[in-house]
Amino acid sequence: MNHLLEVKDLVTCFHTDDGDVTAVDRVSLHIDRGEIIGLVGESGSGKSVTMMSIQQLISPPGYVKSGEVYLDGVEGNLLTYKADSEKMRSIRGGRISMIFQEPMTSLNPVLTIGYQIQENILQHTDLDPEAAKKKAIEMLKMVKIPDAEQRYNDYPQQFSGGMRQRIMIAIALSANPDLLIADEATTALDVTTQAQILEMIRSIAKKTNTAVIIVTHNLGIVARFAERIYVMYSGRVMETSKTWNIFKKSGHPYTKALLRAIPRLDDPKDRVLIPIDGLPPSPADRPTYCPFYKRCEYRKDSCKENAMPDLQEIGPDHYSACLLSQNEMQAKEIELRNRPQKAAPVKNIRDENVLEVEGVKKYFPILKGIMRRHVGDVKAIEDISYTLKKGETLGIVGESGCGKTTMARCVMRVYKPEAGIIRFNGIDIAGMKDKELAPYRSKIAMIFQDPFSSLDPRQTAGSIVEESLIINHSCKTEKERQEKVDRLFRLVGLDPSLKNRVPHEFSGGQRQRLGIARALSSDPEIIVCDEPISALDVSIQAQIINLLEEIQAKLGVSYIFIAHDLAVVKHISDRVLVMYLGHIVEIADCDELYKHPFHPYTEALLQAVPEADPDVEKTKPAVALEGEVPSIINRPAGCPFHNRCKHCMERCTKEVPQLTEFDSGHQVACFLFDKE
Amino acid sequence: MENVQEIKTETIESESRKRTKKFIKSLFKRKIVLVSAIGLLLIIFSAVFAPLISPYDPNAQVLSEALQGPSASHIFGTDNYGRDILSRIFYGGRVSLIVGVAAVLGACVIGTFFGMVSGFFGGWIDDVINRISEAIRAIPQIVLAMSLCAIFGGGVVNLAIILGISNIAVYIRMMRGQVLSVKEQDYIMAAKLQGNKSFRMMMKHILPNCVSPIIVQMTLQIGQTILAEAGLSFLGLGISAPTASWGSIVSDGRQYLLQNPWFSIAPGICIALLVIFLNTIGDGVRDVLDPRMRGRR
Repeated sequence: MNHLLEVKDLVTCFHTDDGDVTAVDRVSLHIDRGEIIGLVGESGSGKSVTMMSIQQLISPPGYVKSGEVYLDGVEGNLLTYKADSEKMRSIRGGRISMIFQEPMTSLNPVLTIGYQIQENILQHTDLDPEAAKKKAIEMLKMVKIPDAEQRYNDYPQQFSGGMRQRIMIAIALSANPDLLIADEATTALDVTTQAQILEMIRSIAKKTNTAVIIVTHNLGIVARFAERIYVMYSGRVMETSKTWNIFKKSGHPYTKALLRAIPRLDDPKDRVLIPIDGLPPSPADRPTYCPFYKRCEYRKDSCKENAMPDLQEIGPDHYSACLLSQNEMQAKEIELRNRPQKAAPVKNIRDENVLEVEGVKKYFPILKGIMRRHVGDVKAIEDISYTLKKGETLGIVGESGCGKTTMARCVMRVYKPEAGIIRFNGIDIAGMKDKELAPYRSKIAMIFQDPFSSLDPRQTAGSIVEESLIINHSCKTEKERQEKVDRLFRLVGLDPSLKNRVPHEFSGGQRQRLGIARALSSDPEIIVCDEPISALDVSIQAQIINLLEEIQAKLGVSYIFIAHDLAVVKHISDRVLVMYLGHIVEIADCDELYKHPFHPYTEALLQAVPEADPDVEKTKPAVALEGEVPSIINRPAGCPFHNRCKHCMERCTKEVPQLTEFDSGHQVACFLFDKE
Repeated sequence: MENVQEIKTETIESESRKRTKKFIKSLFKRKIVLVSAIGLLLIIFSAVFAPLISPYDPNAQVLSEALQGPSASHIFGTDNYGRDILSRIFYGGRVSLIVGVAAVLGACVIGTFFGMVSGFFGGWIDDVINRISEAIRAIPQIVLAMSLCAIFGGGVVNLAIILGISNIAVYIRMMRGQVLSVKEQDYIMAAKLQGNKSFRMMMKHILPNCVSPIIVQMTLQIGQTILAEAGLSFLGLGISAPTASWGSIVSDGRQYLLQNPWFSIAPGICIALLVIFLNTIGDGVRDVLDPRMRGRR
């Protein structure tokens, strides 16, 4: 049987002033009808460029240099057709459809969603407008948009992010394509929504015999949904095989390293992540030998002397592009395993609260009209109470919009809470004015999510780090200050000679290190980490997590660690706090929470997280949680979670459950566990 | 103790000198910027040394030689009173440059400051500054300048002040918009959380990230201001009659386009060249100042 799509030796280059840069280097792949394959790799590995090249969507200065693409039913090489020819246009959207990452921008805001679906149907089928409309409504029903007929004439902004992504899928599938490409389609969504959407794509694909390519950096997603996987690195396919083989019998050092670098939900608490050292090579100066050589633990001298190896069969249906033979690899494996491992940094948690938060509320007023009438409040967080010990890490998880960041900003006193007490070392800072706050500002620092927007692009790295030293007059002389800056640079693993560079000359991981150095410069006692690693690549994430743990062991700071990645939170936290719609629903010790989640929401959240292990994934229910997070403006009465909860009782719709201590330190807000 | 102080200032000085050198070097790496800079210097030079290089007295009327075309003795010919146009251009450059540059610089500094304050603090400060800038903007620039000229009289200094005032609103509005978007960036919050005082935050973090469009606007505005000055002079409100300015020569020559086209064209080219040079330099400065452009090109 012919493959549905077959790509042979695809090479895509980008033209620059310094010659051509190869973004995709001799990539071959194939997919059959009804198959779901995964394309994983870090940013810049050429995943998306490959997908764009297949559809001839590469725009100058990029161009497809060579290669062949065959689509079943189309005569000859797809790449020989002109990019804007009738044939290509009918293939794009008609035979091959694509869903993009950003659901907020990929729909046209001035057209109704119905029109946008209908437009695609009319373009690619012979249906008349009336029939096309019928079909569009059918599509909306298929992607589970409630009240499809009524919502047909709604505009994109009337839908939530998850709903918009469903609409995108409806558009993509409306012309019955043979192949659907999901390019990081769920990256911007919450875990529970992500699980729903991917599950939906899978069931539709199986029903209609549509092939799906999932392009992602998230190994958990491919472990759950893909049948076959291509691992890409630096424009090359490094390894390809059935999903199970990739995770359980991975043959390429890069795949092995990736799997060692990511934290997992079923990790023991003291596991040290083994980061992949260094950075991926920039496409402009990629070596002729194996691009992973520099970061590879298995490397040998001959790797550098030979050209980049091609994919070789190392098992049934299992190909890997590595020069090492299986025996050599195994020998090295044993050697590596016996090498003394870095011990997990020892934490020193003192039984003394550095932070006590009691009953904190933060409302944002809704103002209307030119008179700015106060018509209501957005109740971002309600009645938040918790404590943080010295040297402890408190993880905070929850879906977007649950108030994690608002809560952190109240602690940082970016916002002034409406009510409640925030005690820092016994002193209430909740109501303080800016002037009174000054001495406390330096004691609570922050690490931001986006390493690109959180560093002033006009300042040099050195002056970013030394700023708070100048403000707090903590160093007497210029020399002392520079020494301290150097020390901070070394502490976060940066070379002090990079001090005169500006942020854009650093890579994402290095920028985040700079952000950490800045946070540490004022000798803080608490560091609020707001999603500090979610903007980084998998192989870099481990480096930053390890760095944060080392710093904590060395300096004894406390972290408030906000993240949506539950595996990371589990890895780094001592206690975890789960939030839903501005309420705390559960607080418990980390191990306790992950082993015995009490609250139905926590349970569902844990099941929704895709894990990088196909065996574990098989045991999980398909969709853990239905529905979406309701808008915070009309929070449901009673328990905020009751309309999505499996165990919803009469009482849940009327009363708000209070956080009550259950076991030692395990607090939960749910009537299921009410003692009465 | 004194010794230490001295050494410190010296190292800082050499550091800043090094930075200046690097700045100049990367600025002139692009040939077009270098050419523009030389051109601008030539214009400034000709204006400053006008008395030395002018072949004739700019105001000496020789009516018998009126409206001659270009010749060896009068490179751009003569005007309707027989005055040498080249000499008038040299002298006129003084007025035009002073009025154009001073007005725009003044407006830029004041406007940028108020725009920054207004965007940064918001609230009633923003409201007050906004209303004032709206009031200025509500009157067409040239009408505003005309009425101010009518009240306070012409002359180079008055003209510079008046044109400056009518330009301020542009910078207030522009800077305010910039600040509003930069203010939302994470690094501003980071700066605040480090305990930065408002003024320091504005000067160190907000201003450098907002100046790019301001610089470009400035270079464009200089050309416009020179033209506005020409218009006012044409109406008899700006520079009084015999004194030359580029704008006034252009408008004088308008009626004699058929007899001696160079009457208008020559000063017109000067204005155009000055604006082009300023724009290119402005572009170059912006690119070099912007660290994100480092290493590109």
